[in-house]
Amino acid sequence: MPLPKPLLLSFSLLFAAPAFAQNVAVIKFPELQKRLARPTDTTYVVNFWATWCAPCIKELPAFEQLRAANAGKKVKVLLVSMDYASQLDKKVKPFVKQRGLKSEVVLLNEPDPNSWMDKLDAKWSGALPFTLIINNKTKQRATFEQELSQTQLTAALQKFLK
Amino acid sequence: MKKLLPYISFCFVLLLSSFIARPTADGYKVGDKATDFKLKNIDGKMVTLADNKAAKGYIVVFTCNTCPFAKAYESRIVDLNTKYAPKGYPVVAINPNDPAVAPGDSYADMQKKKYAFPYLVDESQQVAKTYGATRTPHLYVLTRQGNEFVVSYIGAIDDNSEDAKLVKTKYVENAMTEILAGKPATTNSTKAIGCTIKWKRA
Repeated sequence: MPLPKPLLLSFSLLFAAPAFAQNVAVIKFPELQKRLARPTDTTYVVNFWATWCAPCIKELPAFEQLRAANAGKKVKVLLVSMDYASQLDKKVKPFVKQRGLKSEVVLLNEPDPNSWMDKLDAKWSGALPFTLIINNKTKQRATFEQELSQTQLTAALQKFLK
Repeated sequence: MKKLLPYISFCFVLLLSSFIARPTADGYKVGDKATDFKLKNIDGKMVTLADNKAAKGYIVVFTCNTCPFAKAYESRIVDLNTKYAPKGYPVVAINPNDPAVAPGDSYADMQKKKYAFPYLVDESQQVAKTYGATRTPHLYVLTRQGNEFVVSYIGAIDDNSEDAKLVKTKYVENAMTEILAGKPATTNSTKAIGCTIKWKRA
């Protein structure tokens, strides 16, 4: 018995290699702060971005590439979306799915940047994109309030992996 | 000495390049004197801070047409002018973006705006660099001292960019209340998220 067409279509949609889409956790600043304060020898590459930020979107592939290239090393790429929490389902999740982002994405739900930004990094004036590379074991830390190229990003991380 | 010359010139070039490198978080801090500028308004006229003799100060905002945060704050910037221009602190808006990078920030696009205050184009981006502006919107309150202007507040407009109705702390208005009373602002520097200024590509 041949399947009715709509059913066939839904089946094929179901099995047509559904794009892997990670869940985007919505977090508050203390949670982010706690994660970045852990005494681990893993180097964290934390990129603050937003779906509305053109230079951020341009540099995202560099972070994805960095994650893939350092998959066997103690390197963790964390993409912190500064989109409004109200845009999670409308903008952020569809974007993450469409781009097939493999690095962990979280949304930092803090409406008042003045309340937390200095605790993250006093040098950050608030422009996006912003990147923080941190290793708590070696106490190394680097920040970039600018768009990074693949070369710049790789070179920045290299200093942490020596 | 001849052998040293290339080395010395190299050092000199290196030293020079450190000045022309991309702008960093340097720039004005609260208490600094702000140098005057001369920038073209969307009506074609040149504007300087010295023009308005009656001004007790200015609310200088680096903003633009294209950044979602600048758009979110546009009406609140208009409100600041409505509220503080009669008290002697008019708004002066400056667009520092390179239209080659942000096409919606061309002079023609700026001219579509109808503000009651100047909307100036910082074509060389030198004013933004001098101020240390990094993002849009980025706000500076200047207070007159004789013929000079002193930076009295730097930073955010309020604590909720998404929804003006959910604002709890109006940072710049709190600062203005104290400044108008002749006192230094208790909270004189605040931070906000914004779009990077679209610097000219080197």
